[in-house]
Amino acid sequence: MRITCPICGTRDRREFYYQGAAEALHRPDPEAGEDAWDAYLHLRDNPAGRTQDLWYHEAGCGCWLVVDRDTVTHEIYGATLVEARHAD
Amino acid sequence: MRIEGRGRIDRTREVKFLFDGVVRAGHPGDTLASALMASGQMLMGRSFKYHRPRGVLTAGSEEPNALVITGHGGRAEPNRRATMVEIHDGLEARSQNRWPSLDFDILSLNDRFAPFLGAGFYYKTFMGPGKTWEKLFEPLIRGAAGLGALSGAPNAETYEKAWAFCDVLVIGGGPAGLMAALSAARAGADVILCEEDRDFGGRLLAEDEQVGGQPGADWAAALAAELAGMDNVRLMPRTTVTGAYDQGTYGALERSGQHLAEPGDLPRECFWRIVAKRAVLCAGALERHIAFRDNDRPGVMMAGALRAYLNRWGTVPGRQVAVFGNNDDAHRTARDMAAAGLEVVALVDSRHEAENLAGDVPFYPGWQVTRAHGGSALEAISLRAPDGGERRLAVQALGVSGGWNPTLHLTCHQGAKPLWDDRIAAFVPPEGAVPGLTSAGAARGSFSTAACLREGAEVGAEAAGALGYATTPAALPEAEDAPYRLRRLWAVEGKGRAWLDFQNDVTVKDVKQAAQENFRSVEHMKRYTTQGMATDQGKTSSVAALAILADVTGRAIPETGTTTFRPPYTPVAIAAMGAGGEGPGFAPRRLTTSHAASAARRAPMIEAGLWYRPSYFPQKGERDWQVACDREVRMVRNSVGICDVSTLGKIELQGPDVGRFLDFVYTNTFSTLKPGRVRYGLMLREDGFVMDDGTTARLDDNRWVMTTTTAAAGQVMRHLDWVHQALMPQLDLRFASVTEQWAQFAVAGPKSRELLDGLLDAPLGDFPFMACGPVSIGGIDARLFRISFSGEEAYEIAVPARYGASLFHELVKRAEALGGGPYGMEALNVLRIEKGHITHAEIHGRTTAFDCGFERMVSAQKDCIGKTMAARPGLTGPEREQMVGLRPVDGLGRLTAGAFLFNEGDPADRIHAQGYTTSACHSPTLGLPLALGFLRNGRARHGERVRMVDHLRGVETLCEVTDPVAYDPEGGRLRD
Amino acid sequence: MRFSGLRVLREGLTGNKGWVPHWRDPEPKSEYDIVIIGGGGHGLATAYYLAREHGLTNIAVLEKGYLGGGNVGRNTTIVRANYFLPGNSEFYSHSLKLWEGLEHELNYNVMHSQRGLINLFHSDGQRDAFARRGNAMINQGDDAILLDREGVREHLPYLNFDSGRFPIHGGLYHPRGGTARHDAVAWGYARGADSRGVDLIQNCEVTGIDTEGGRVTGVQTTRGAIKAKKVGIVVAGRSGQVAAMAGMRLPIESHVLQAFVTEGLKPCIDHVVSFGMGHFYISQSDKGGLVFGGDLDMYASYAQRGNLPLTEHVMEAAMTLMPMIGKAKVRRSWGGIMDMTPDGSPIIDRTGIEGLYIDCGWCYGGFKAVPGSGFAFAHLIAQDRPHDSAARFRLDRFRDGVGLMDEEGTGAQHNLH
Repeated sequence: MRITCPICGTRDRREFYYQGAAEALHRPDPEAGEDAWDAYLHLRDNPAGRTQDLWYHEAGCGCWLVVDRDTVTHEIYGATLVEARHAD
Repeated sequence: MRIEGRGRIDRTREVKFLFDGVVRAGHPGDTLASALMASGQMLMGRSFKYHRPRGVLTAGSEEPNALVITGHGGRAEPNRRATMVEIHDGLEARSQNRWPSLDFDILSLNDRFAPFLGAGFYYKTFMGPGKTWEKLFEPLIRGAAGLGALSGAPNAETYEKAWAFCDVLVIGGGPAGLMAALSAARAGADVILCEEDRDFGGRLLAEDEQVGGQPGADWAAALAAELAGMDNVRLMPRTTVTGAYDQGTYGALERSGQHLAEPGDLPRECFWRIVAKRAVLCAGALERHIAFRDNDRPGVMMAGALRAYLNRWGTVPGRQVAVFGNNDDAHRTARDMAAAGLEVVALVDSRHEAENLAGDVPFYPGWQVTRAHGGSALEAISLRAPDGGERRLAVQALGVSGGWNPTLHLTCHQGAKPLWDDRIAAFVPPEGAVPGLTSAGAARGSFSTAACLREGAEVGAEAAGALGYATTPAALPEAEDAPYRLRRLWAVEGKGRAWLDFQNDVTVKDVKQAAQENFRSVEHMKRYTTQGMATDQGKTSSVAALAILADVTGRAIPETGTTTFRPPYTPVAIAAMGAGGEGPGFAPRRLTTSHAASAARRAPMIEAGLWYRPSYFPQKGERDWQVACDREVRMVRNSVGICDVSTLGKIELQGPDVGRFLDFVYTNTFSTLKPGRVRYGLMLREDGFVMDDGTTARLDDNRWVMTTTTAAAGQVMRHLDWVHQALMPQLDLRFASVTEQWAQFAVAGPKSRELLDGLLDAPLGDFPFMACGPVSIGGIDARLFRISFSGEEAYEIAVPARYGASLFHELVKRAEALGGGPYGMEALNVLRIEKGHITHAEIHGRTTAFDCGFERMVSAQKDCIGKTMAARPGLTGPEREQMVGLRPVDGLGRLTAGAFLFNEGDPADRIHAQGYTTSACHSPTLGLPLALGFLRNGRARHGERVRMVDHLRGVETLCEVTDPVAYDPEGGRLRD
Repeated sequence: MRFSGLRVLREGLTGNKGWVPHWRDPEPKSEYDIVIIGGGGHGLATAYYLAREHGLTNIAVLEKGYLGGGNVGRNTTIVRANYFLPGNSEFYSHSLKLWEGLEHELNYNVMHSQRGLINLFHSDGQRDAFARRGNAMINQGDDAILLDREGVREHLPYLNFDSGRFPIHGGLYHPRGGTARHDAVAWGYARGADSRGVDLIQNCEVTGIDTEGGRVTGVQTTRGAIKAKKVGIVVAGRSGQVAAMAGMRLPIESHVLQAFVTEGLKPCIDHVVSFGMGHFYISQSDKGGLVFGGDLDMYASYAQRGNLPLTEHVMEAAMTLMPMIGKAKVRRSWGGIMDMTPDGSPIIDRTGIEGLYIDCGWCYGGFKAVPGSGFAFAHLIAQDRPHDSAARFRLDRFRDGVGLMDEEGTGAQHNLH
């Protein structure tokens, strides 16, 4: 499995740390209530198909990436910097 | 026997080797199988279950029968296919799965009991009372099962792993692969061509046919030589591509030095990770058998293999040869045998309409072979005429062809199912199933040499073209272009047992019985009968078994489905894929700058993650670690001790927003910290549990340095990157790990100040507890922190790592002059337990700030990571186990870590457990055992008694519950 | 048909013509009392215990592929009861007790073999953590023995004690741990359930869950609609998709776990051995193959296959721990879909929809749980209250944080357990 880091180029999977679904980017307000926090931290769409998840280029540039990929075929459509998304 | 004038072996030289202790001879170019056959040894193995005598069936890696052990001790390798072992001087091979000998194998008695040992028999019996399964039946089965034996000695040979990258990977170096490589390479693509065999040419090596006006094998050799001369081509013979993984990554096993008597520096095997932009599968096809009674007798072989032994190695099992097939290709075997002067007693073609393509040989169209006769060698075959008449013919060899199956395995490694092609009655690759991989030639069901050449050239050019290389079609040499005609025949009707999976002894009857018991799914049939689960993974048998299952269940083959193709294509040694992991190679070793000095003092090293840290520093006359540890603890409490703390994670942060950032990652407030000061901080995970703790120093307005625990350094760095990039990208700061850049030492004890005053270039002056600042040592800029893990007045001094070794030396020398010295992890642990300081023994991932007594460190004034979830009902309250200190009520008795706590009088079981211990030590300072632990509602129970029970170590001690801080609870010693 | 040695003899003498189907292939009826979605180990065991323990037989098990085709047929076959947190302790203890009589219970040789399991430790800290585990096992009434280095050597003399990267300090020995023949467990339960009247329906994929007024009324399938008073979802890695049909979102992320088997070898590894520093565990099957595995590939996946980084890591661990198996050749690798929860422990609970129950979240420990899970899930469905052994496997524990069972201590990140 190979992922194209926007900073470093295409690298083997073993350089990356995987965290989980990209919804971790949307941290609820502290007062959002227990449903929101439960959903944020625990509940997952867990799609069989296209998904966006978070990878960290730990043995590379240290950037967190949102990787757009398919959980059934393992096809990877692309990766963007977590930081850049926020700038949008 | 050898046939003069045939074969591509070097008859001018002889190679001597041992088989079952007897010296045999062959020639360079021989495999073990061809050399044994030439020397008259057709019996080469025993089957798995019935221990039936078996000869070689194939001429390739799919061989299920002729499996041997080579070498001894750490070089012994079981289950090697004799068809793939190149003989060399000194080779020592032994037959396996037999006792006492290959010729006479006691367990061949199993064959007599075959009616009771059919498919799945073991699920229905051996359910004896009590432990009879474990004690009686299972050991018997285990002893009889298995194939070769490992020697028990650790692997003694070198294996390697390597990476390779290319534009186009060509898998298979037969006519299609060679043309594919040529087309891609001429276009300018960077090409790797992997070929499982030692020579390029594929089937051309085994056939008597012309390509481009010369013998096919010569044509292949010439083309391989041309490719070898191109800068953009890497030829990898003896390399099997084993798996197709994601994004164009392929696994490949190169048998680098295995074939050599003296491999020199070459590893035995090298496992390659090949990353290819495009790949072309030209892996050819595998011939399949036809099941008939006793079709497993040594001498019954695949027709193509029989031909290969003749044409490539100049050997056959005997003079009288027959061929049985359902397709035109089988005729070539009869033709070549006759041309070589052998007696072809019958060419049996199950097709009534078949024409004889083999010339002047006895031809039996519409006939079938019904039985093979003989024991450990084939003696005769029975034929049945279309009208039912029988005939028996004496033969020593029978070539059987049930048709050919494209070698499509890699195209299905990513989960796709192959497609059934009625035209060739075989599965063909699902194109596009592995992104970037296309197939050509026999691997996609085009069996003539001309078609292989053409498709290879096309696909090679396509692959290069897709990468932007300009391609011109390569000229195709003239070659055989015969049509491939067959009429399907999987099994011959009749009595007796007809073998499908030779190694696992699965017969047609077994498949039918499985269906009868409603194991109708192909996966059920496979698992119930073990069909296709042997070392060859059903390469020669699965399609026939599937067809028979389809037949008895009244379904078509595509509807019946296939089992899944999975890596590796052929078995790969653990030592190859695990190369580099042996011994210390499994993980990096991280050494501190004081490592050599500690080792010189004979300090035993213990592992802390990947780091090595000294356990204690033994002195003469100390009988065990406890004595040394007690001394080191007293040394710190009474004078001064030195400890290398460089393994703790160090992260330097810079920027105007560091304070705000730290406020969010720590539970407590850091933005108020003044330059020149240090603060202890607690970090939570977002789920509210403690992640890590440590101190952070503010060196100046914009520059901070954080310490983490040794264990969590990587996790904290990742976490900080996450919080900054994902949650707070607007903050203006940058940070980097500087763990490797700084060597840091604790100087702890009442004489620490005295030591420093002598060491530093300038007197320290006012430097209170939790102060930090720049200092100078011998002109070197250093950082000083007044922090304490031991509870004594203590400092940590950090210098650039290149000065670490000399600073350690200097510190120890000065400490010893003051009655102190270095201390290790054992003493460090005792010192911190006495002080009730937590480590990852306490913050083990299931404890909260509340549990540890730090709830007041969670600031109410601000949000932080983990704060919301830490407020969940389950994470606080009296039901939680809270950190306490424990000591024996009488001051004696043992305390151990990992024990459980119970109320006095309660039974020591799960229901009554009140908590557990996490750390324990003997405290030389207080003269009694101490422990830390977690006790239900523990903070409210100081002064109570609980029973500590350690079932495993047989310890039970009545304890008093105390505050975790056993030593200097007011903290006066670290402030003065 | 009752299986026995005598029966094997008799059938053998008469040409093995008398064997009958292990189970029927009935057409689905239009209505059942209970529909179990998922014909894997857990689903089949649930159906079996519903019939056996609760006398309920108007039941269908709906399987989209073939029976036992999921994780019960693609695991490393380890059976153990060595958990240490309340909830897991009592559950796995109960499950192991069910295993211990399973051959006779099912009249099917599942080859449960208590060969002993040894978890190796490599530091004092690990030793103490294992001591806590072992003491918890004994608190629960199970067996555990703390071995020092020499104790380990007596059992496993072939390990690399001296020059490995992480020297072996000792091990936690669980004599009642062992292995079983994975497929046979599914088939044994299937046969037992079928013989009690349960309809096992293969090639029947559930495509919808019907509810009315907050109550489940049946399911839609590729073989038509089936009404049911109660529906149990027990589909492991596919839990997310099936639960979504009922509008639920689960605390589950599906991951791939690889496993490996070598060619057959004469007996060389008697125990189940687990190497914590390398995430490596191994045993030898009765057929002689070394069966081993490691950690997750660590990315969400439904592909049932993995990649080389993890494969190589597992092999490297094997080489540092037991270099004597270096020459064994890996014959096959495979992958399963693991339903990972935020604390690494399972869920057996009611849902927000009346009559709809769920059994999921087995992470990669589901095989040994098959009897216990089937037993507890059957109890829940039949009685509408949890069985004591699984009362802590609540679906909403993550929300309130009460009774989390995070054995690894790695927190609410699904793949870290």
